[in-house]
Amino acid sequence: MKENPLSFQLKLNPEDFLPATDEEKQSQIIMRESVSFWKDGMRRLRKNKVAMVSLVVIIVVMIFSFIVPSFYPYTYKEQMKGANNLAPMQYSAEEQARIDAGEKVFPHIFGTDKMGRDYAIRVMMGSRISLLVGLIATCIILVIGSAYGSIAAFFGGWVDLVMMRIVDIIYTIPDILLIVLLSFSLKAPLSNLATKPGFHWLNTVGENLVSIFVVFALLYWVGMARMVRSQVLMLKESEYVTAARALGVGNGRIIKKHLLTNCIGTLIVTTTLQIPSSIFTESFLSFLGMGVAVPLPSLGSLASDALNGINTYPYLLFIPAVLISLIILSFNLLGDGLRDAFDPKLKN
Amino acid sequence: MVKYIVKRILLAIVTIWAVATLTFFLMNLVPGGPFLSEKAISPQATAALEAKYGLDKPMYQRYLTYMTDALHGDFGDSLKQRGRTVMSIIAMKFPVSARVGGISVLVALILGIPLGSIAALKRGKAADSVISVIATCGIAVPSFVICTVLMYFFGVKLGLLPTMGLQSAKHYIMPVIALSFYPTAYIMRLMRSSMLDVLGQDYMRTARAKGLAGGKILFKHALRNAILPVVTYVGPMLAYTITGSFVVEKIFVIPGLGGEFITAINGRDYTLIMGTTIFLATLVIVMNVVVDIVYKIVDPRIKLK
Repeated sequence: MKENPLSFQLKLNPEDFLPATDEEKQSQIIMRESVSFWKDGMRRLRKNKVAMVSLVVIIVVMIFSFIVPSFYPYTYKEQMKGANNLAPMQYSAEEQARIDAGEKVFPHIFGTDKMGRDYAIRVMMGSRISLLVGLIATCIILVIGSAYGSIAAFFGGWVDLVMMRIVDIIYTIPDILLIVLLSFSLKAPLSNLATKPGFHWLNTVGENLVSIFVVFALLYWVGMARMVRSQVLMLKESEYVTAARALGVGNGRIIKKHLLTNCIGTLIVTTTLQIPSSIFTESFLSFLGMGVAVPLPSLGSLASDALNGINTYPYLLFIPAVLISLIILSFNLLGDGLRDAFDPKLKN
Repeated sequence: MVKYIVKRILLAIVTIWAVATLTFFLMNLVPGGPFLSEKAISPQATAALEAKYGLDKPMYQRYLTYMTDALHGDFGDSLKQRGRTVMSIIAMKFPVSARVGGISVLVALILGIPLGSIAALKRGKAADSVISVIATCGIAVPSFVICTVLMYFFGVKLGLLPTMGLQSAKHYIMPVIALSFYPTAYIMRLMRSSMLDVLGQDYMRTARAKGLAGGKILFKHALRNAILPVVTYVGPMLAYTITGSFVVEKIFVIPGLGGEFITAINGRDYTLIMGTTIFLATLVIVMNVVVDIVYKIVDPRIKLK
């Protein structure tokens, strides 16, 4: 056949259309599964000894604060007669009599406080409250911060400008002052609300705790919003966002499905580092007497209560103090480890 | 530059206004007003009291009066401390807090910058590990824990240091340690990472290649650049010192503004709470602006937006 020099026809080689040999097929088999984002991150995290130790500490503290109290023989508000201010592992006269009679009495591992309440269970409940505050507050911050930051960055222009100016303003307000003010002024409206049906749980939680959450929801999300914004600003220029838009995907879905899922590394790290700072703030407020309601203990209020008896019963102070430092330290170290594992760029 | 400064100051004014407004309306949310907690008083007396403090006027009028008065530095009279204005209380108590806070900030800078630099220069050596451990633990320990532990060991057990008041230089030691602990740890971390960053820069190699003496490289090239992030931290550090002083002043019974604030909250002294909040917030915001502007002047590399 005569070849036309201007033809676009491909010069096909019949051999290219033969079935593949076994050897060729072999090269197509994936020998190792591709490493996903999670697997890669987890592998790096597992290698980080400090982060793993912190993770274990956090899990142990969680077991002690959430699971152990449910079958512990004492409760956090039970006041035992004659068992005031017992030293660790000491028994009251009544309990000693029962032991002598052959009964088994569970020891007061950390002793009792001045009201005759078992201190170990109070510490456990205290760390439960502290952890809960940290986790719930962080969830609130995560939701508001990521929504706000991604919306500001995604729409850009004057929307971004106005939203970020608001963030700037909130950022410079000293938070503790506002928490104090809010917990003070929300007390009455909230206790009114607590008398209405369906809101009785407010009494057990305490107005102060609710106002702490309100403040976190109002103020603390700005750091998260800034972080998410800077990530989304970068990500929204990616091809997959253009592709999604070309396919007719709505704005909300692009933000949720494409942008936020892709800054998951930043979200995890910022969230983990937010937990200790929330716990920090809560313990600070509880220490000043603006935290949880009275029968409920928190590590901050336990330390505050123990301050008066520091001469005679120093362990009442040191146990919650050490525990709160340990919790904050572990979360900080775990957060650092997660950052190294999932978001190496963030490391400065 | 001028545009930036003007913008920054305007933003600060808006923020201060927002804080003042928020404070006013939050305080007015409390039902019954400040005289509810007192013993039963006759309606006439209540009316007289309300007239005296202008509480019978509508909300917007009270707001305007309060704001104009506040602009003139008049936050009204304290409700609990008879015959004293809020401003006079602040004027009396604030210098005490400022002195303790100022010393703490200085201590944090004097300790944090060299220690952080040493950690970076001796990277991977024993000194680095020790400093890093101290820094990591330092930011995890709340100020009230440090206060109480210090008080127990040095005040109660060893009896070396006085546990309350501010009569002599010795009295300052524990509050200053407690207050400067967190900022010191934070500055150490900040300084270490920024120093490591600077040490890896090309101009450091150039300086060494030129044959500059080690000390000159360190102070003229490395330190001057590495110290910049610390400058930005001074603003937040100030805010921390002020809020930290609440706890520290409460524990060590220091007659400062932080302790006064806590007392005012427990005693429901509304005008004092409002005045103190606005005063402290303004202080923090103004200092933040100053730090930001100074930072822009010190570091010409930062582009002005």
